Amino acid sequence: MATTTTTKSLSTEAARAEMPRKRFKWGMFWQYVALITMSLIALFPIYVMILTSFKTQVNIMSDTPQWVFAPTFDNYNHIFENNFGLFLTNSLIVGITSTVLSLVVSGMAAYAIARLRFPGRGFMAYSTLIIRMVPPAVLAIPIFVLWLNFEIFLYNIIDTTPALYNMEGTDPYAIAEGLVDGRVAMILFYTALNLPFAIWLLVGFLKQIPRELEEAAIVDGASQWQTFTRIIFPLMRPGLAVASIFTFRIAWNEFLLALILSDRNTRTLPVGITLFITEQGVQWGRIMAMGTLIVIPPLLIAFFSARQIIAGMTAGAVKG
Amino acid sequence: MLSVARRREARIAYLFLLPALIIFVLGLIVPLWNAFQLSFYDLPMGTPWADREWVGFEQYTRMFADSGVWSSVWVTLRFSFWVLVIEMLLGLALALMLEKPIFGASIFRTIFILPLMVSPVAVGLIWRYLLDGRIGLINYYLESIGEAIPPLQAIGFTSHTWLGEPGLAFFAIIITDIWQWTPFIFIILLAGLQALPSEVVEASYIDGANWWQMTLFVKLPMLRSIILVTILMRLIDVFRALEVIFILTFGGPGRSTEVLSLNIYKTAFTAQAAGYAATISILLLAIMLILSIGLLFISNPLTEGEDN
Repeated sequence: MATTTTTKSLSTEAARAEMPRKRFKWGMFWQYVALITMSLIALFPIYVMILTSFKTQVNIMSDTPQWVFAPTFDNYNHIFENNFGLFLTNSLIVGITSTVLSLVVSGMAAYAIARLRFPGRGFMAYSTLIIRMVPPAVLAIPIFVLWLNFEIFLYNIIDTTPALYNMEGTDPYAIAEGLVDGRVAMILFYTALNLPFAIWLLVGFLKQIPRELEEAAIVDGASQWQTFTRIIFPLMRPGLAVASIFTFRIAWNEFLLALILSDRNTRTLPVGITLFITEQGVQWGRIMAMGTLIVIPPLLIAFFSARQIIAGMTAGAVKG
Repeated sequence: MLSVARRREARIAYLFLLPALIIFVLGLIVPLWNAFQLSFYDLPMGTPWADREWVGFEQYTRMFADSGVWSSVWVTLRFSFWVLVIEMLLGLALALMLEKPIFGASIFRTIFILPLMVSPVAVGLIWRYLLDGRIGLINYYLESIGEAIPPLQAIGFTSHTWLGEPGLAFFAIIITDIWQWTPFIFIILLAGLQALPSEVVEASYIDGANWWQMTLFVKLPMLRSIILVTILMRLIDVFRALEVIFILTFGGPGRSTEVLSLNIYKTAFTAQAAGYAATISILLLAIMLILSIGLLFISNPLTEGEDN
């Protein structure tokens, strides 16, 4: 009898504790006020950019901000007529190539660091991290100097080698020009800048994958390379997805190296947008239109892969 | 002496590392070595390497006496200090608010990572527009509020030339950085909070600790190493980044927002002094190296949990 009462009272107490309390929670209310305010602050500048991209220059320059207006596509039409396609193509070539290259190369390196024993392994691990800290501004100067001299060097070779400049059917100067193309340089340097982070991320990721599958494959007579391509690489897919978001974002958004390495034909989108800052003033409508188009792919990625982005950012800082 | 099997394993490892090594050497080591060499040469930007002139440590002595360089170091330090303090506090507040699974938490989280995804050039341009002295929305609203409530005009609710006055321009680059990077701190601290062992937090709750006590005396001490790593990572990023400031103020007015990275850029590409710019970049590299070693000292995920 006594037992049942205790059980009963315990269960009602538990039920009461489980029940959502009816009275209004001020703490919760202020929490939401703060969160919504912060969200509005985060969204407002992006919203203003998109809105302004549909305004005429007159509208933009008016003294009072216009929130309701007849949208115009003039800014978009203008940028589409002015090399947007070229900038987009360059950005895609550089972004996709350097991302794919980073993934393959960092996947291989991460496998070696995480799974194989070799002299110098600790050194590799440390130098990878240190290299991650190199500021682009520091690289910009030697890269500009080296790339210019690489060009001079190639032309010198052609000029002093009769076999080359007398070659029939091919234009050696065109080949040299292809080699010193700013996009080749961008792909190389973005890959180099992205590798440390990608390796770092993938090593952490590989350490969570059990070794049994690989060991089984080795026992079955697979070579190290087959194990890597058939077993490890597919298993790394979630980690590669995270890495690819970050490497693509860097390549897509990077401005400084793209600015110094590109010419009229190889400009990427972030460099192209600055062409609308002119001596006569800033063409805000066009800048906002192009800004909107530059920002769309990363924002879409953020919407669909928020989890992966968070995983990438917390890798290293937080031990899971 | 390595056994045959171990030697074979090492050889395979080097083969797997080879592509990464080639790209590191071509893309990072060669340029860094070139920057180091350049720091001892006088070379105008855009001239062939053959025209360089050996000047020894001359550019280093020049740098240590260069008030522009020290002003940039000072601007960088002040800038890092303010953005770190404000971003840490805001990020921590947000993380504590979203720590418990509340309704809409994942929507808020997605919204907060959006600023991180916006290209730095676009961030610079958007804020340059918002802060514009004539057509900027920020001035417009400050003025409107000031007109509605005149006493507020005395405390700054009027138009300002945000990017035209040293103090305000410095404030502007801080605001812009806070807008873009607070979410980063928030994400890391949130993950840190959620990874805390729940037993300890529950135990303090049972012991009667209130929310403030729990946060200050239980959670924050346990987050110490994550907070330190976050601060260092942000510090390294602040020292690296220059794109937003490049677009927003280009270091001006005067040198009031000229961070060290921007000083290097201007020396190289505006003043056209490649050699001297390389010398200043060695200084920046030295600062970065100290920061990175600090970071490695606190946490190195590559060598952590090593049991094989």
